[in-house]
Amino acid sequence: MQHKEKLIEITGLHKHFNVKKGKVLKAVDGVTLDIYKGETLGIVGESGCGKSTLGRTIIRLYDPTSGVISYGGNDIKSIKSKEQKKSLQKKMQMIFQDPYSSLNPRKTVIEIISEGLVVHEPDISVTQRVEKVYHLLELVGLSRNHANRYPHEFSGGQRQRIGIARALAVNPEFIIADEPIAALDVSIQAQIVNLLKDLQEERGLTFLFIAHDLSMVKYISDRIAVMYLGNLVELTTSDNLHDNPLHPYTQALLSAIPVADPEIERTRERIILEGNIPSPIDPPSGCRFRTRCSHAMDICRTDIPEWREAKDNHFVSCHLYNE
Amino acid sequence: MEPILSVNNLNVSFQTYEGEINALRGVSFRVNKGETLAIVGESGSGKSVTAKTIMKLLSKQNSCINGGEVIYNGQNLIPFGERAMRKIRGSEISMVFQDPMTSLNPTMTIGKQIVEGLRQHEKMSKKEARKRATELLNLVGIPNPEERLSEFPHQFSGGMRQRVVIAIALACNPKVLIADEPTTALDVTIQAQILDLMNNLQKKLQTSIILITHDLGVVANMADRVAVMYAGEIIEMGSIDEIFYSPQHPYTWGLLASMPKLHADRSERLLPIAGSPPDVSQLSDGCSFAARCPYAMKVCHKYNPLKTDVTGSHSVSCWLQDKRAGKVDSAIEIGEISYAT
Repeated sequence: MQHKEKLIEITGLHKHFNVKKGKVLKAVDGVTLDIYKGETLGIVGESGCGKSTLGRTIIRLYDPTSGVISYGGNDIKSIKSKEQKKSLQKKMQMIFQDPYSSLNPRKTVIEIISEGLVVHEPDISVTQRVEKVYHLLELVGLSRNHANRYPHEFSGGQRQRIGIARALAVNPEFIIADEPIAALDVSIQAQIVNLLKDLQEERGLTFLFIAHDLSMVKYISDRIAVMYLGNLVELTTSDNLHDNPLHPYTQALLSAIPVADPEIERTRERIILEGNIPSPIDPPSGCRFRTRCSHAMDICRTDIPEWREAKDNHFVSCHLYNE
Repeated sequence: MEPILSVNNLNVSFQTYEGEINALRGVSFRVNKGETLAIVGESGSGKSVTAKTIMKLLSKQNSCINGGEVIYNGQNLIPFGERAMRKIRGSEISMVFQDPMTSLNPTMTIGKQIVEGLRQHEKMSKKEARKRATELLNLVGIPNPEERLSEFPHQFSGGMRQRVVIAIALACNPKVLIADEPTTALDVTIQAQILDLMNNLQKKLQTSIILITHDLGVVANMADRVAVMYAGEIIEMGSIDEIFYSPQHPYTWGLLASMPKLHADRSERLLPIAGSPPDVSQLSDGCSFAARCPYAMKVCHKYNPLKTDVTGSHSVSCWLQDKRAGKVDSAIEIGEISYAT
């Protein structure tokens, strides 16, 4: 795990949305995070924790409210010229959750996949472009005969493969996969996860893998960040997080996931969290998790816990680990 | 143990523009008192159709029950008309649906929706019914039940709504509760709450549960027995330990192998099932899994396998069980070899 070249540095990232009655929804509220070249960083959290907003802000589908995102050392906000913007877009691509709504139903597969090529590599000839699409289709486990079909002719798993081929078309360095397997059947999920892993090995891609299913995330990620109500609560290597979770929320999240092994299910003790996730429009003071935390102390009500490296390579924001 | 509900050789088909689809092909199982039977399978395998057939909720316009029986309390429910079924639904057999956002009426208060069911089935004054509704909300762990009775569904969160749905389903003490993906739309921490609630309520009320899910983790947590469905058939059925620790059908092996193990090494590859589930409108002869099965023999493509008993409680429909078939010792190991190539 010593590939320490940073690809993306995120510092103090905020993304706020104005909602009705002049209120502000702080979807991402002060996230600081580095993504290293060639790694898979998993982001987990429950619905509404801001994980998708974080992904979309990194790829500039949303403009950050404040904070700095730098890609390969350059602040992406400072990029003004069209050319530079284009070259950045080419480096970052996204795979979406829903393979049904993320493909244009009126376009054929070849049109969908070559769209990025038309924009970013306008100089290549049509035959070259078609060859490239064929190659991409074969790369993701489809065949060139599929090129002239429409999305409705494919199953969910196949559509997700088309989505992956589209993302790979422009040779990106960095791919954000937002719940890429959540809409798929179990036996198909494993196919897609294996495909993503192979592509990463072959092409040295960097992945940001957003999901709520911790068992798959653990399997695919090198490091995992846990989010709760717009903040990161814990970040460490995948094994570390699993074997030695520090934050009470991570502990609860891990214990809440049912394991497909009846023997384990019978014996293990579950931490069942009380209540629901508070609204991000009006989050609790101090530590945001305190309303559901069994270890909550007085200080949790008043002070926001600091993001600190509690152990080597193991970041957590919780007052239990204050020095 | 005496079965409280038994389903025998159920066949259901749908009429579509592309012709007839046989959604259920000879589904049989029984549910004993106080136990949880899990029905697992991928989308399109017929899990929900099974549930809807038991409740007689299928649309009469395009569906047809071609045979089989659903025996509840000694009576076959299939010939029952709408009026007779209304007496059964809710009071004897009730159902919890997947999506708590759409299974409640948004224009009625929670209290009214619970009271409605109670007064339909039991002779109760409004006051009594309201009192019972308060008890029910209390039972499913909703704080301040009395105040919340007069609130509308949109004022509840997803997990709370599913609790309300469970309260409504349990209002008349049904003997059988059919839960169709009850936690799929919920977050994991909320899912843990709801599963915990269902486990506790079952212990308290001795309800039998038919749990329909695609999540093997939920199955391991809840079920006593498991039925695995594929393309409209139950291909394997057994106790939870039999299904998880000595599965016999290659599809069950595949399902278990495609999940990451808890302490799996990340360099180990997952073992997915190749291909995708078949189109049930175009099933060919033979075993429906044969096209994806790494162990398929000639016979598998020609004839449908017969149900074979492995133990008294464990049955499987697969030609590998035949004496003439080659022996496959350990499913997972062999799976690795065949998928690696």
